[in-house]
Amino acid sequence: MKFFPLLWATLWRKKMRTIFTLLAIVVAFLLFGMLQGVNSAFNRTIDLANVNRLVVISKIALTESLPYSYTQQIEAVPGVSGVSYASWFGGYFQDAKNQIFSFPVDPKRHFDMFPELKIAPDQLEAFERTRSGAVVGASLAKRFGWKIGDHIPLHSEIWTRKADGQSDWTFDIVGIFTDTSDTGQESQLFFQHEYFDEARAFGRGKVGWYTVRISDPGQAAQIGAAIDKLFANSQDETKAQSEKEFQMSFMKQIGDINYIVTRILIAVFVALLFATGSTMMQSVRERIPELAVLKTLGFSDTRVLVLVLGESVLLCVLSAGIGLGLAALIFPGLKDMLGVVHLPTDVVIGGIAAAIGLALVTGLPPALRARSLNIVDALAGR
Amino acid sequence: MTAIVSLQNVTKRYTRGKQTVEVLQRIDLSIAQGDFVALMGPSGSGKTTLLNLIGGLDQPSTGEVVVAGERIDKLSGAKLAKWRARHIGFVFQFYNLMPMLTAQRNVELPLLLTSLSASQRRKNAETALAVVGLGERGKHKPSELSGGQAQRVAIARALVADPTLLVCDEPTGDLDRATADEILHLLQTLNREHGKTIVMVTHDPKAAEYASHQLHLDKGQLVGTTTTA
Ligand SMILES: Nc1ncnc2c1ncn2[C@@H]1O[C@H](COP(=O)(O)OP(=O)(O)OP(=O)(O)O)[C@@H](O)[C@H]1O
Ligand SMILES: [Mg+2]
Repeated sequence: MKFFPLLWATLWRKKMRTIFTLLAIVVAFLLFGMLQGVNSAFNRTIDLANVNRLVVISKIALTESLPYSYTQQIEAVPGVSGVSYASWFGGYFQDAKNQIFSFPVDPKRHFDMFPELKIAPDQLEAFERTRSGAVVGASLAKRFGWKIGDHIPLHSEIWTRKADGQSDWTFDIVGIFTDTSDTGQESQLFFQHEYFDEARAFGRGKVGWYTVRISDPGQAAQIGAAIDKLFANSQDETKAQSEKEFQMSFMKQIGDINYIVTRILIAVFVALLFATGSTMMQSVRERIPELAVLKTLGFSDTRVLVLVLGESVLLCVLSAGIGLGLAALIFPGLKDMLGVVHLPTDVVIGGIAAAIGLALVTGLPPALRARSLNIVDALAGR
Repeated sequence: MTAIVSLQNVTKRYTRGKQTVEVLQRIDLSIAQGDFVALMGPSGSGKTTLLNLIGGLDQPSTGEVVVAGERIDKLSGAKLAKWRARHIGFVFQFYNLMPMLTAQRNVELPLLLTSLSASQRRKNAETALAVVGLGERGKHKPSELSGGQAQRVAIARALVADPTLLVCDEPTGDLDRATADEILHLLQTLNREHGKTIVMVTHDPKAAEYASHQLHLDKGQLVGTTTTA
């Protein structure tokens, strides 16, 4: 520890250069913290404890559908107080860029299941009555200027129509719903499952997933297990999970987050390796006479090696600490998206380990060079 | 008088490619405790090489080097480093201070290798700075000091661990006459009043006059001794 002031002073020998290197490492570790944090949030299995709704999907894959007949069977499981279902329509409006979160649902069951989605009773009634009817979230309606009474075409990336073999569907907007607690929900569009099921060219009698309401949240895990058991060893086995986990797996479908994160981080760290490595190498090269003086004073070769390594460890761990600290400050802001309040500890530990690894890899070549430095030659400038 | 430095039949060769240069040839030398020796000679005569052997920075090709009672030609690596820390204080022509450390911290450097406490280290460094007449400059960085002041800091650093022997390579080579005289006077005081044994390489005959003995090197051989005082 008594060598710390020496290390610290050496580190700041060239202030600007150290600051730039430090910033590069800080940014890299901020990125590391955020990306790994998101990644680990996505890969976590969320506890089923204390949720009042479960999502039941196919055990095989999210994209596999389940028989419609499961509705009654799930409803009959003790502790279940409601069941609704939906499917992925994969629709877009006019242009593939305008992806619409559109789902065929049972109007009554759906709005019963999600009381946070507010809709006027007469509009809901119209939705139930109108076979080609659709209801849209307020913010989605605003985005495209849709009003009740509008005819809107949606192109499905999955579903073709039995009648004409085409993928173009039209719906009549009969209602607009809101969700004041989470406006993100307002970007959805729902239409009648019954109409969809009859009109589609394939996949009849199936739904994408079920949402199940639990009367006692304390029983969620047991009820989830009971549902899965009910369909165990059938052709369509199920997997009950929390809504949060379901959302995560949905997002994971869109892109393999783990893959992307790993690739980005590898690129960042390789760049960092070169930046930090050249800084350390340069810093040692400039200090050859000083290192030689330390040796004349009686600092052993090993001690000089440790000092140079210590300097790179100090730089990397300090910067990584700042970067991860910033990530930990920013991370809670993503709570709504990820459902995680804190940057996971394993990400912080992994980050510090990566920083030490970086320090050793970048610090070792200059440290070895410092160790093998010959005093007489260095003093004579040879 | 006990010899603190004793060289017997010391030869130093360097090989450059196929050519071998004998930089020092069969040197026999003895320096007594409490002596102040000036090592003189033309450029390239091997003064620095000889001084480096005495200070344990380099090893002879053949011969025996006994300094402070130790066969240092037999020591190697970490042992030699430890020995240097204990017995030798170095002063160089260009001061060789750490630019990013204050004078005080520079002087404290050798003490980092001892078991002294932080406050002991600080106290000893302050004392050493006071001895060289720079008690007030502890907080200054080398860049804020004149050449003479920087060399005094270097001398304080060489002294602080109370070495057996002070080894100086052209300590006034970078200074003007008046400043050089001050530094030489300081070295003389350290020798006379504090009993420090000093070996100093110099080109300058006037500088050599401060020493009690002068050794003359030419083409790697000792060619004579003069007694000044
Ligand atoms: N590592 C080395 N490799 C090859 N030759 C060397 C080496 N070290 C010293 N020499 C040679 O040895 C000779 C003596 O060098 P040294 O530095 O001891 O001279 P010096 O008397 O101190 O000279 P100066 O007064 O210029 O400092 C020179 O010719 C030098 O080139
Ligand atoms: Mg020389």
